[in-house]
Amino acid sequence: MPQKKLSIRIDGELISAVEGQTILQAAKANGKYIPTLCDLEGLTPVGACRLCIVEVSGTDRLFPACTTPIQDGMSVTTTSKRLTQDRRISLELLLVERNHVCAVCVSNGHCELQSMASAMGISTVRFVYNYPKLGVDLSHPRFVLDHNRCILCTRCVRVCAELEGAHVWEVTSRGIHSRIVSDLNQKWGESRGCTSCGKCVQACPTGALAEKGWAVEEMVKKNDKISALVHRREVQV
Amino acid sequence: MKRITIDPVTRIEGHAKIVIQLDDNGRVAGTEFHVTQVRGFEKFTEGRPFYEMPGITARICGICPISHLLASSKACDAILAVRIPPAAKKLRELVHCAQMVQSHALSFFYLSSPDLLLGMDSDMATRNVLGVIATHPELARDGIELRKFGLQIIEGLAQERVHPSWIVPGGVNSPLSGQVRDRILSDLPSAKVIADRTIQFFKKAIDNYKDEIEFFGSAPTMYAGLVDRKGNLQFYDGGLRFRAASGEIVEDQIAPEDYADWIGEASLRESYLKAPYFKPQGFPEGAYRVGPLGRINAADQCGTSKADAEFAEFHQRFGSPAHSAFLYHYARLIEIVHALEKIELLLADPQILDKHVRATGGVNSLEGVGMIEAPRGTLIHHYKVNEQGGIIWANLIVATGHNNLAMGRGIQQVSEHFIDGNKLQEGMLNRVSAVVRAYDPCLSCSTHALGEIALRVQLMGANGELLDEIATP
Repeated sequence: MPQKKLSIRIDGELISAVEGQTILQAAKANGKYIPTLCDLEGLTPVGACRLCIVEVSGTDRLFPACTTPIQDGMSVTTTSKRLTQDRRISLELLLVERNHVCAVCVSNGHCELQSMASAMGISTVRFVYNYPKLGVDLSHPRFVLDHNRCILCTRCVRVCAELEGAHVWEVTSRGIHSRIVSDLNQKWGESRGCTSCGKCVQACPTGALAEKGWAVEEMVKKNDKISALVHRREVQV
Repeated sequence: MKRITIDPVTRIEGHAKIVIQLDDNGRVAGTEFHVTQVRGFEKFTEGRPFYEMPGITARICGICPISHLLASSKACDAILAVRIPPAAKKLRELVHCAQMVQSHALSFFYLSSPDLLLGMDSDMATRNVLGVIATHPELARDGIELRKFGLQIIEGLAQERVHPSWIVPGGVNSPLSGQVRDRILSDLPSAKVIADRTIQFFKKAIDNYKDEIEFFGSAPTMYAGLVDRKGNLQFYDGGLRFRAASGEIVEDQIAPEDYADWIGEASLRESYLKAPYFKPQGFPEGAYRVGPLGRINAADQCGTSKADAEFAEFHQRFGSPAHSAFLYHYARLIEIVHALEKIELLLADPQILDKHVRATGGVNSLEGVGMIEAPRGTLIHHYKVNEQGGIIWANLIVATGHNNLAMGRGIQQVSEHFIDGNKLQEGMLNRVSAVVRAYDPCLSCSTHALGEIALRVQLMGANGELLDEIATP
């Protein structure tokens, strides 16, 4: 059965979209840019980073574009002073929450968090740095998890569960104490479920998950491998 | 008792102060050299993956990050237990020579030449690099050109001038292109002319500094530096040699991993800078000096023709070993000549363009030591890791540390000679600072110095009353 076509407006422009699409999907399909960090094509959106917030006419609330389904006649604004300000705050809070030291990071120059901050013109942050004392899990023979650089986007959790089917990663605790854990909070190297496929590493937007042995600036993530797998999976299914 | 405090010492890299104690007759009773801030790299790197250490420890210093990158990468090579490809070794040596040229040029032209050219007693307001530009524009231009030459090699090889990530555990991360090699070779002749012109100028001018040479930290000490098996001066590799003040070789070809058998580290009450000493002689008798003078005194020759001629003339004029700290400047210029010759030799070797520049491996050894000659002297990085490659312990001995005891003695000597405590003169106090400056100490390796540099000297009376004060405007 053909999917129902809906008409929505994005930044005043009338576009045609398909019922069931999220605002982000409809925007992407029509060449409209909305900033994202936790979103990765092919994985279930979770609205974790709040960078994709948009304004919807008729309500004062801001909506995450990645998880909000479109409705016929919806009018969406993707850029405004308020949105820019709120997105900056979200990003600044991510930067102060843990220890993001770009200069000595394996992902320096290839980091989605860094490029997003740069694109938004964030050169300083207005909040006090949290400087938590966080560990590095080096127990896996090929990969490393550095909690200092994790932004809890949960791409690793989703790619492992939805694409690899291993469901090794999960989030433990709440709020500021939230941490990514493997299996039942075991060391990564001791995980019985991990297939060492490395999808979580390639999906991670920062240097939190990385291949071992790369020096500063050398870890280039291969997101395109994830998309390639997503597309192949759809063909097979 | 009176006390003079020089805080901070200017035109050095980092933050230090000097305290001079005077007796009731205004004569120097004692001196202390304080490095006033702590950095903590050895502690906060615990838990980090070892292969991140070059990038992290390079941030110790913005003047010579290459030195830390090299010493750290060598320590990591030892943990990987790999022999790095020959081209990688040559490329590391090449970038190191470039670093030596640019760092020595900074020290000589920017930091020390104001004292040498304008005079120790000249007006403080113009006794700086801008004053040199005004009065000796050619020399100032030479300094800028030479520094640029070194930095452009670093940029050509490593893509960035400051804090590149090109030097990595196992080698370097990209080979040298023929184009970059040719560009360096085309700039080399003019750099050599500048180096030659500067050393000739300095040799002529040196007779004006008889007093400084005689009293400028001329107390004899041992000297240390890396040399190869033939006794040639080495910057990147080789074994550590200790030469006694008398000229006799005390110990030779000490391997990096054995450094702790010979070098002890004492903590001082008044400073965050530790004081390494030669263990067999104990503390503080085992004081030794490193850096340009340490190396030129420790080695038998440089191993390249022009530098060897300068080396021979140096020792002929000032003895072997030559003891005055003032001669650090001279030794620095000889090393620039040597580094430029070495760059030429390295670039003439076709192997330097080889594409195989990196060896890989896992954690094959739980401990690694990297030892090189940084511009300011022997630099040691020593790491211990767990089986997964996490740092569990780190020890860094930076070049300036080795010189700590000798700098202290030099300050004492120069204070005794030049300071009349009953009346303060800025020129006298600048001589005290200048003895520290001669060592070109990189205190940034143990401190973060930012912002305005100011000099404040206070002369305190026996009861703590302020007798005299000099301050920069």
